[in-house]
Amino acid sequence: MSDEDLTFEDSYRDSDEDVEDVEDEDDYVDDDDTDLNFTDVVAEKDRKKNYEVDFIVHSIEGIVKNQDDEVTHVSNILGIQKQHAATLLRHFRWNKERLIERYMEDSTEVLNKAGVITDNARTPKFIKIPGFICDICCDDDEDLDTLALSCGHRFCKNCYEHYLTQKIKEEGESRRILCMASKCNVIVDEKTVELAVNKDIHERYRTLLNRTYVDDNEYLRWCPAPSCEYAIECHVPQTSLTSIVPTVECVCTHRFCFGCGFPDHQPSICVLVKKWIKKCEDDSETANWISAHTKECGKCHSTIEKNGGCNHMTCRKCKYEFCWVCMGPWSEHGTSWYNCNRYDEKTSIDARDQQAKSRASLERYLHYYNRFANHEQSAKLDRELYNKTEKKMEEMQQTSDLSWIEVQFLKKAVDILVQCRMTLKWTYAFAFYLARNNQTDIFEDNQRDLEMAVEQLSELLEKPIEAEKIAELKQQVLDKTVYVGSRREVLLEDTAKGLLESRWEFQVDIKS
Amino acid sequence: MSALFTKRLSKELVDLKINPPVGIEVTEADTFKSWKLTLDGVDGTLYAGERFTLEFRFSPNYPMESPEVVFTGNIPIHPHIYSNGHICLNVLYNQWSPVLSVRSVCLSIQSMLSSCTCKEPPPDNNHYVKTAKASPKQTQWSFHDDSV
Ligand SMILES: [Zn+2]
Ligand SMILES: [Zn+2]
Ligand SMILES: [Zn+2]
Ligand SMILES: [Zn+2]
Ligand SMILES: [Zn+2]
Ligand SMILES: [Zn+2]
Repeated sequence: MSDEDLTFEDSYRDSDEDVEDVEDEDDYVDDDDTDLNFTDVVAEKDRKKNYEVDFIVHSIEGIVKNQDDEVTHVSNILGIQKQHAATLLRHFRWNKERLIERYMEDSTEVLNKAGVITDNARTPKFIKIPGFICDICCDDDEDLDTLALSCGHRFCKNCYEHYLTQKIKEEGESRRILCMASKCNVIVDEKTVELAVNKDIHERYRTLLNRTYVDDNEYLRWCPAPSCEYAIECHVPQTSLTSIVPTVECVCTHRFCFGCGFPDHQPSICVLVKKWIKKCEDDSETANWISAHTKECGKCHSTIEKNGGCNHMTCRKCKYEFCWVCMGPWSEHGTSWYNCNRYDEKTSIDARDQQAKSRASLERYLHYYNRFANHEQSAKLDRELYNKTEKKMEEMQQTSDLSWIEVQFLKKAVDILVQCRMTLKWTYAFAFYLARNNQTDIFEDNQRDLEMAVEQLSELLEKPIEAEKIAELKQQVLDKTVYVGSRREVLLEDTAKGLLESRWEFQVDIKS
Repeated sequence: MSALFTKRLSKELVDLKINPPVGIEVTEADTFKSWKLTLDGVDGTLYAGERFTLEFRFSPNYPMESPEVVFTGNIPIHPHIYSNGHICLNVLYNQWSPVLSVRSVCLSIQSMLSSCTCKEPPPDNNHYVKTAKASPKQTQWSFHDDSV
């Protein structure tokens, strides 16, 4: 791989965590020392986890270089000029193998279809033609420069320049710019563009063409974070998305799904994520009341406002301890008979008439939506709380002898907490579509264990920080953070394995 | 304003005035920003005897960019014409080519009306009219059926 490329293992992985192997049969990943050493390391460590996928982060420079390498390769194999090899590769959406195969079968047809003219005498150039009238600008000047693409439609240079500038600058097009004639499907080739537009526009055109390399390539995707310019390479095909959730992390720290581009949605598969989001949009009015920040205490009915992520609430007035999500007593939440995450299907089975059925189905949806939305909200509150805490810690650093390093444990804890809440959030979308079988109990147990751990960590982080007790708190937080991380791993691993083994049954068709 | 833009529109205007297509007449063309034309329903079709008004709005990038074309006033009832005057016709959007003109667009719309066999609004009319932006060019059109 090129120098500019950053592989994930040197960009974000913690050295003490398990490492992953890099796909080695990849076309443009050249062997270099790092890769070789790396393989040795992998051999001693555990194999890759089921919920993780291999990926490489590429910079723009890396993308351009990979592209050039592919073009040079094809140009050498087929014995054609580089610009033609580039057009052919674009036409074949960078599927090099298919291009070479088809070219060997019938080179003339391949060249024609891609709009490539290898005959030098026929390379595009602007010429003057006596008596010519341009159909677009109606100009009939004697010394009008004109050009026709392989389709024969001829227009003046001025019109080409206006048209191409409009397409490139205003519409951001590059590879698919068509001939100006109505209903003509011939593509304006790179050489013609270069002849017709000014330097700036041509540069913009080249940049856009570079972007299409990523857009057209099934195994590449731009990092969707705003103004991030890295692209991720991942060799999970679209056809595998019903059994894998390919989650990648850019060097900008944005975690997202390579399959659909959505922010990290493990353990839900892409199609369920899409269905769930659609459902939530359609039912947003019914579910609106949930997002409310305030609720009433179940005992004394005084209004309670939530200001942290933790769902263990204590009423200030009557000291009643309850769960924010289900409003049930908290005493049931810290024990093995914790049931907050499970939906009691009994109510829907009992429902006989239509009205009761639809009420039961709404209740079932609200059970999952409530928990989904709550983790999202809690993650935000956890972050806010951390920001406040951070300020306080800075103050403490000045008054006590704490070092900067010593207070970092909180940041890491909040990062893990927020990540686990995202995972939990999506477990509820997943569970909503899950059809009950003997496997669902395992899933719900894992979900419960993670949720309990998360709430405990969240509660720890809400504790007031006192300088003299910081060592004690730090140890508690560190232990809990490790535990929470391991619960998440257990859940993700089992869900991912279940997907690969088709252990899960869904209430909806996931192939459509 | 580009020379191409004014030259092309002046030429089109002269051409429409000297040699107007049957049932199409320019009624307002004081500026190069917007024109109004009347379009008569063709005899022997569902729209015979009716007169409609089309408004063309041109950007300085015309004809590289398509004009914005809508019906105003009396809107024809047609499966591809919304009651706010927006027209679902591919040459006005993704199939626009700079060789097309005001004349060719009017003729396309006229033929779209003439081939209509059932005077009814688009099935999604109410929803579309409620949610559409002022300019039809901001709509993501999908063209299912060119035969109506
Ligand atoms: Zn011209
Ligand atoms: Zn052509
Ligand atoms: Zn990024
Ligand atoms: Zn996805
Ligand atoms: Zn109370
Ligand atoms: Zn609860």
